[in-house]
Amino acid sequence: MQIFKLPHIDYLRWKWPALAVSGLIIVAGLATIFTRGIPMGIEFAGGTAVVAAFEQDVSLDQVRDAVNRNFGGETVVHTFGDPGQHQVMIRVPQVGAETGAALSEVVDKVNAALQSGGLPKFEIAYSEAVGPAVGQQLRSQGFWAAVLALGGILLYITFRYQFSFAIGAIIATIHDLLITLSFLAFFQHDMTLNVIAALLTIAGYSSNDTIVIFDRVRENLRGMRRDSLRDVLNLSVNQTMSRTIITSGTALLSALALYLFGGDVLRSFAFTLLVGLISGTYSTIFIAIAVVSMWRGKGPLKAAARAPAAAPSAPQQPTRKSKPQRKARAS
Amino acid sequence: MQNLRWKIITCVVAFIVFSAVGIYPILANRYGVPAPKWLMDRQLKLGLDLQGGVHLVLRVQTDDALRHETDVESELVRESLKTAGITGGTITVDGPTQFRVEGIAPDQDAAFRQAAAAVETNFDRSPAAGGVYVFTMRPNIQVNLREEAVTQARQTIERRVNELGVAEPSIAQQGSNGDEILVQLPGVSDINRAKEVMGSPGLLQLKIVEQGPVGSREQLMVNGQVPAGMEIVPGSSRGAGDANTVYYLVKRVAAVEGRDLRSARPGIDSAGRPAVNFTLSSEGSRKFGDITGANIGRNLAIILDNRVQTAPVINGRITNNGIIEGIGSQEEVQDLSLILRSGSLPAPLSYLQERKIGPTLGADSIRAGIVASLVGLLLVVAFMLVYYKASGVNAVVALLFNLVILLGLMAYVGAVMTLPGIAGFILTMGMGVDSNVLIFERIKEELAAERGVRASINAGFSRVFLTLLDTHISALIAAAFLFQFGTGPIRGFAVTLSVGLLSNIFTSTFVSKTLFETALANRRQVATLSI
Repeated sequence: MQIFKLPHIDYLRWKWPALAVSGLIIVAGLATIFTRGIPMGIEFAGGTAVVAAFEQDVSLDQVRDAVNRNFGGETVVHTFGDPGQHQVMIRVPQVGAETGAALSEVVDKVNAALQSGGLPKFEIAYSEAVGPAVGQQLRSQGFWAAVLALGGILLYITFRYQFSFAIGAIIATIHDLLITLSFLAFFQHDMTLNVIAALLTIAGYSSNDTIVIFDRVRENLRGMRRDSLRDVLNLSVNQTMSRTIITSGTALLSALALYLFGGDVLRSFAFTLLVGLISGTYSTIFIAIAVVSMWRGKGPLKAAARAPAAAPSAPQQPTRKSKPQRKARAS
Repeated sequence: MQNLRWKIITCVVAFIVFSAVGIYPILANRYGVPAPKWLMDRQLKLGLDLQGGVHLVLRVQTDDALRHETDVESELVRESLKTAGITGGTITVDGPTQFRVEGIAPDQDAAFRQAAAAVETNFDRSPAAGGVYVFTMRPNIQVNLREEAVTQARQTIERRVNELGVAEPSIAQQGSNGDEILVQLPGVSDINRAKEVMGSPGLLQLKIVEQGPVGSREQLMVNGQVPAGMEIVPGSSRGAGDANTVYYLVKRVAAVEGRDLRSARPGIDSAGRPAVNFTLSSEGSRKFGDITGANIGRNLAIILDNRVQTAPVINGRITNNGIIEGIGSQEEVQDLSLILRSGSLPAPLSYLQERKIGPTLGADSIRAGIVASLVGLLLVVAFMLVYYKASGVNAVVALLFNLVILLGLMAYVGAVMTLPGIAGFILTMGMGVDSNVLIFERIKEELAAERGVRASINAGFSRVFLTLLDTHISALIAAAFLFQFGTGPIRGFAVTLSVGLLSNIFTSTFVSKTLFETALANRRQVATLSI
């Protein structure tokens, strides 16, 4: 079974439209982030969250009224988990002082407000109180973990391939992160540690995807010294196309299952993965090779001519002995 | 063929070993099949988010530990000034790391320097104008003391949590300054008791009452000031529940402290009420004997966390044991003996983060996570079988093998399964599928180029192996940074991902290739491949 025979699509023709579409989404996303912001989960923002599991169905308005009597209007109340379990999550920005054991005072206050609100019987299924210090530290930690991880990938690709490839991979990866962040802002998903984990997965996945194509480019460069870079890039994307579709498709299936069946706790995580996977596939095909071709210019492949191994292009002749681990050096 | 036999043996042995560690304990647990204890101990553990429990991040107030040290050393200077006969110097503690001595007469300067030399291993003395000396704690001593305080606090918390009987607690230092302690108590639902027991300073001091008890602080002051080297401690005149606070004047530095204790046990006092019996160590007994022998007829203040619990009259020389009365209920007595046994906290704690996950919520999450994983896995398996036909079986076997290795390795390294960990599982599966797809698509290309079946398979595996190395190494680099700089869920994710990447390289190249070779081994002429 074959999804399609070797396609012959000129992806670089779509370079400018693709860059324009991505640019538009990112600009709109950044504008949303700067105006409305991405809501921060309480791990980052600090505050108190309580999940109350009621014995019977309860209206959110009732819960909101009960809590608002003791707290200002900044409470967020929504259903949580399986609707059959009547769970309600209540979030308030307040948190007890970070001295002694006072931090969870607000949890008790929310509990008391619910108790006196004339609501059905409930028990607290989950509670969390986060002081401002932790959020601050987590934010900077998450940021630096991401920067260093990207830097590590950049160095590795430079070492194994060429600098222009590394630039292409990193720009594609940053592109995916920005697109995903934009969609998080559009749909106002909470930024939590789980979402950060998903973003980092996207970074890893996106560079993985890009490396697979670059690996093929590197291999083709040896055999196609007289062809233009544009042809080599297009051919490489075409050759790996069915793999890209299948891999992205199966990964999307898993992420979709996670989104549909993974429960509330994993929903933002799965959403991030879904958007990131789609963006990752798109950027590999349209953005990464566009960056490489722009970085290297339109000239003939002088660089490739200096590639050490003279093995012709695969798969016409298998390259088992062609020592592909040698770097195709470029100026 | 010799070669192939060894490959098959390797695969089978690996499969048996990893499923013994990773799968068997889970099944044994579930269906009550007997299993050796060392194997059950290695069972994959569930994280708090799946099991329910209490998650706390505490900060050790190390400043207070430094202040205590500064207090003690400034007292030392005071004592040595007294013995050297230097009068007129006043000592004030300015901050956690600094105290000053004022009003030293010029002709006593040399004598002062000599007397103060005792503290100069830990403090820098800077001469200031007009007979004022400022003592500042040396930076290296500060760093050491802070580290010591955090380590001690962690150990004390560990002892207390263990005595509380929590199964498999996890207690670790963390934070950019290293002054935070992460405490995870699986299955604990009474968060307040756990917090009280962990956070109680547990500072026991035995001091001779110099004056008191009296009704107000002011009655103990001399010219509106607390006499030098003394302090005023509140207490209740007749045990707990007495609303009238009384005050005692005692020396600042205690004769006998909590660290001189050998043990503390719940007991009853002469009136039959719950009380804590304590026994002193030999060093403590000597000191206690000296001080009680010299002060017969006076009152001994038993001070707990800066509050006088009782102040009985000393009837005779006491050496090695005593009793703390007026605690309250039986449970409070038990907690107090536990706290005293585990030693005092070197500095107070504050709470930065508290999370309590009810067991039902955890059960819901784990069910949802597992359902999602299984659905994802089934979809992928179905696709591989439809798309790659017979070779798809190969990919599915490699995928399941990968899962078994992943479970086995995670159990072996003692990793904890959390929700993001489950997500890491799913992503590893994704990478596994990718590896198989890469190889199979390559084999298809080779077949399309009219190469023989065996040559195509060999070329497919050997060429894609290098691609896989590149993708996996760059993912491992990212995972390493995530592990190094991430916390909690991000770390759990990084661990699963790294382990998964390693096992994936093995299954998608070695295991899968062996399967191909086994399938083709008995056929001399291979014309077609079901792929």
